[in-house]
Amino acid sequence: MRAAESVTTSSSPDAAFALRWNRKDLLGLRELSAEEINFILDTADAFKQVGTREIKKVPALRGKTLVNFFIEPSTRTRTSFELAAFRLSADVINISASTSSLTKGETLKDTARNLEALHADILVLRHSFAGAPQFLAQRLEASVINAGDGAHEHPTQALLDLYTIREKRGKIAGLHVAIIGDILFSRVARSNIFGLLKLGKLGVEVSYKIDNVLPSADVVNLLRIQHERQRKEYFPGIGEYTRFFGLTKERAKFLKPDCLIMHPGPINRGVEIDSGIADGLQSVILDQVTNGLAVRMAVLYLCGGIST
Amino acid sequence: MSATIIRNGRVIDPANKRDEVIDLLIIDGKVAPLFQLSTLNSQLDEINASNLIVCPGLIDMHVHLREPGFGHKETIESGARAAAAGGFTTIVCMPNTSPAADNPSTIAWIKDRAGDTACVNVLPTGAISKNLGGEELAPIGSLVQAGIVAITDDGHCVQNHQVMRRAVEYARMVGVPVLDHCQDYNLVGNGVVHEGYWSTLLGLPGWPAAGEEAIVMRNILLAELCDHHIHCQHVTTAGSVRLLREARTRGVKISGEVCPHHIALTDEAIQNFDTSCKMNPPLRSQADVDALLEGVADGTVSILVSDHAPHADFEKEVEFDAAPFGIIGLETELGLFLDLLVHKHCKIDIMRLIEMYTVEPRRLLKINAGTLSIGAAADLTLIDPDLEWSVRVDTFESASRNSPFDGWNLKGRAVRTIVGGKTVWKL
Repeated sequence: MRAAESVTTSSSPDAAFALRWNRKDLLGLRELSAEEINFILDTADAFKQVGTREIKKVPALRGKTLVNFFIEPSTRTRTSFELAAFRLSADVINISASTSSLTKGETLKDTARNLEALHADILVLRHSFAGAPQFLAQRLEASVINAGDGAHEHPTQALLDLYTIREKRGKIAGLHVAIIGDILFSRVARSNIFGLLKLGKLGVEVSYKIDNVLPSADVVNLLRIQHERQRKEYFPGIGEYTRFFGLTKERAKFLKPDCLIMHPGPINRGVEIDSGIADGLQSVILDQVTNGLAVRMAVLYLCGGIST
Repeated sequence: MSATIIRNGRVIDPANKRDEVIDLLIIDGKVAPLFQLSTLNSQLDEINASNLIVCPGLIDMHVHLREPGFGHKETIESGARAAAAGGFTTIVCMPNTSPAADNPSTIAWIKDRAGDTACVNVLPTGAISKNLGGEELAPIGSLVQAGIVAITDDGHCVQNHQVMRRAVEYARMVGVPVLDHCQDYNLVGNGVVHEGYWSTLLGLPGWPAAGEEAIVMRNILLAELCDHHIHCQHVTTAGSVRLLREARTRGVKISGEVCPHHIALTDEAIQNFDTSCKMNPPLRSQADVDALLEGVADGTVSILVSDHAPHADFEKEVEFDAAPFGIIGLETELGLFLDLLVHKHCKIDIMRLIEMYTVEPRRLLKINAGTLSIGAAADLTLIDPDLEWSVRVDTFESASRNSPFDGWNLKGRAVRTIVGGKTVWKL
């Protein structure tokens, strides 16, 4: 009886992944090891398959409460986390800046502690200030998942980018990835750089001449112009941006035939990417969205799924 | 009549170029010649200062006491106790209170409050501009009559060079120096940390070195144009040091001060988004720290200050961008400067350190403090330069706890503080 119990325990998924994953939070990719990143991607593989079933739901987070706490506007990321939580059988509530008490002057810490007092297990935080997820993770027992903090990190976006590259190209190491756009303000760029450096083992080069970069790229990851963080004086205007950095039809001709075109969305057609190219054969933009769901299921499961 | 003798201390008095082991006599709150000991007819208190330095009471000319308006952060009374515990007998308080110290009534209130509650000397500064707004001049002449020792918009910076020029000219007329927090608002924008490697990595808005240097340069030009002294507060960058060095070599009436945190820490300290490392100007790079150390060593940076800036726990315990700038410093600055400048980096000797805390601010502000001359007020600091101690913020006299130095081990500190002949604090 006792022996049977221990066999059950050691073969349970909890015990198995506890050896490879012991974080309650996902704050950024800078702090993760290559092994941890690969483990998330492997876990996402298993969850991706759930989305193809007739009943797209597993009981992994049954009885857990997830709070989508979005202090900065987002539809895509919030919906993706929400759907991921539903598919793991968690209960979900959404709180946005306008519905939270932050507008009444309550501090972030107090709002979050109140949510925890209501026994929220997982807090998915989107915030306009860098470091806000770290701030909460240090103070809460609940799992904190960073859904984008200022210009700092957006780890699940980078994970789904890595997942998509690995899925389409079979590997990440050795590939040339061109991240094109508003790097200074981009949390997507930072998380991608941290993740790619760990898995890809090549360095980072900065270039201002997109035409020199495109012919050797295996992946082009185009960033959206961050209107909400962009102050007027950073560049002269959209037209000039497209002229120097946009992936136009003409520029797309220089790409390798198997080069992947990625974009975290929402895309500005005709600005950072030509409309036809966005819908073309090399584009994996919608695969990214599908993979985002699997990656977020993996992250929620790994961070919030261990019963303590 | 009261009399105290301090026995066997190493008396260091840079104003009189003294450094000798000798007794020091205090009669009725003033430094008295030793020969009066023989004619003394009252009881004599004795303080044993063997192995201790006895020096003029230290002056910190950059302190935020928060009253009126922000008594939950600090009061004049608690700030003065913190000063005493740090070895300071005179502190100069900044005008960014509520209401701002831009009018004679507020100056009078501060002086009254200090007279009633402070255990050290409190000297107020007045604002350069009305409500620190940078547009209209404050009534600087009336402020001087009310007893200010300098004008400054500290925490703010007059952006309009013409307004600044008029302020400097006016200050020259009424005989007070101009202190300036050097920050170009356009260049700095919403910056919260040094613009460099760590701001890039962490995605935090950068506060570029040029944002300080542009105003340091402006002040050098205006000091020349107006032939009047401008003192650059809390300089932090290699470029500022270079600009000051060049200008001072030419004899321009310009000077600079440094805070301990800007040489004790670099911007690497912000990597965990610790708001007790958020101050304005921000922690800089190692190259800037090295340049500041050289600036102290060669006299380019001539004054040491804390920029003591108390904030309540709940105010600092927020997102990094949302947290107020500033850290407390009165109770750690002497220990940090002794440890770093004298012991670790050997940039200056202890005589110069005391000079930077006494003679230099005395000369700049034209105040009657910082000397052990016969007849001077017996404001004294007793220092054990080799005492090893640990910083414990929970034991601080300050009403606030926002320090990044909790748990640091330092060598050297004040052990007794005497104001007007009376011990106001001892270890």
